[in-house]
Amino acid sequence: MKMLISMICILKNMIITKNKDLESILRLIEKDPVFIVGCSQCATICHTGGENEIKEMIPVLKDKNISVTGWVVLDPACHFLNDKRILKNYKEEIKKAKKILVLACGNGVQTIAEIIQDAKVIPGTDTLFLGEIKRINDFEKRCNLCGECIQYLFDGLCPISRCPKNMLNGPCGGSINGKCEVSEDLECIWDVIIKKLGEQGKLDSLKKIVEPKNWSKSLVMRR
Amino acid sequence: MEYRSNLEKVLKTKGFAVTAEIGPPKGCDSEKIKAKADILKGCADAFNATDNQTAVVRLSSLGSSVILLNLGLEPVMQMACRDRNRIALQSDVLGACAVGVRNILFVTGDHQCFGNHPNARGVFDLDSIQLIKVVKNMRDEGIFLSGDKILSGNPSVFIGGAANPFADPLSFRVDRLEKKITAGVDFIQTQSIFNLERFSCWMDEVCSRGLDKKVFILAGVTPLKSLKMCERMKFHVPGVDIPDEIYNRIKNDSDPGQEGFNVSLELIKEIKKIKGVSGIHITALFWEDIIPSLVSKSGPL
Repeated sequence: MKMLISMICILKNMIITKNKDLESILRLIEKDPVFIVGCSQCATICHTGGENEIKEMIPVLKDKNISVTGWVVLDPACHFLNDKRILKNYKEEIKKAKKILVLACGNGVQTIAEIIQDAKVIPGTDTLFLGEIKRINDFEKRCNLCGECIQYLFDGLCPISRCPKNMLNGPCGGSINGKCEVSEDLECIWDVIIKKLGEQGKLDSLKKIVEPKNWSKSLVMRR
Repeated sequence: MEYRSNLEKVLKTKGFAVTAEIGPPKGCDSEKIKAKADILKGCADAFNATDNQTAVVRLSSLGSSVILLNLGLEPVMQMACRDRNRIALQSDVLGACAVGVRNILFVTGDHQCFGNHPNARGVFDLDSIQLIKVVKNMRDEGIFLSGDKILSGNPSVFIGGAANPFADPLSFRVDRLEKKITAGVDFIQTQSIFNLERFSCWMDEVCSRGLDKKVFILAGVTPLKSLKMCERMKFHVPGVDIPDEIYNRIKNDSDPGQEGFNVSLELIKEIKKIKGVSGIHITALFWEDIIPSLVSKSGPL
């Protein structure tokens, strides 16, 4: 599992994050001196934990009377050995801090927490999904990391990550004009699947009942 | 011939059945169900107990079904895939059957974001078609989804499902019905019908594929109580199709409730003529006391 997530970063698929709001971050810092860790990869591309975002955050924290003892952008935050080597250079700054604010994905937070034991590591972002970059700052959810890819059934389209009800046997009946009932911003993935297979004359393949998914292959609830 | 339920018997012997929905209360006061049951007794062949519909927490469909049984009404217990995984779903089917529930209708369920607990984690371990197939195998083959044998008593239930003839794309809506039939559904209750043309079109396709011979289809009817309710259903409830013509009739009438009642009577009259329809399913949202006159004025059903 460790290997898988590292590989995801190296291959530059995107773990999509968004920043927690300032109020939540301040609540977690509790006025303590803080050292900030960013990530050069996914969080930089998401504009949630790159050099720019850290440099913007420092004066905001100082304005709230929070001392920032130092900062670093790791390349990437989920690379354990590399992080360990680089963080040695920041020993003094880290020693002065009581909190380590990590602006990386949930994996980055844990890697840092494994290395830095003397200060409390707190997340500054919320990790959302594994996604595709459509345009700058426009990401779409494309994978739930479910453990058993079944997209061969749907010609490269995934109802597990893209249908809010995980429907595997056709659309639920709530979509309107190709949009999901849950949000107008969300395409009904079943609309897309039916259109795509329809154009290829392969709609018959959707008449076969897709059996319940094997969730034992998913690592979400187990190691 | 032995029938699993009264509903099955009526459908197979009379060819036309009426079901009506009894929405459980937001609380454990069984008197609320009893009051509705007193009004509706004798108006329908079976009564749907909904399962936390629109993801709002209410008295459970199993609890409601037991109350109906004790009052001498036959329940159609609804079960949604939203809140339970495959273990709980199979267990509740056994439990329901053990206490005397003989009709169970399976739906995927409204998304939790529409209800009063939008922060809930939706389960959706199975979808409705998969669940129907699971229960059919429990009933007919005596096996659980895992392949494990049922040791003492297969659940002998009449299996129901839902269909929405109004969602896009039309051709796939019939494919999906066909999948439910393949999965093992015995009867279908449709989404409330207002767009008669679209429903006829769907039924034509259903009949041309011979599907009306393989499943009983009960057409959904909802009397519109007020303009507010009509607008809510037209503009905010996913999957409902109220044509402008009906909307304008309700909107322009001085007594919208009476006009809503008239619309329902007309719809029932027309629906009865449509080939392949085996009954009507009345969902009178918080207007259950209108059902007796709706049924009596609709003539012989």
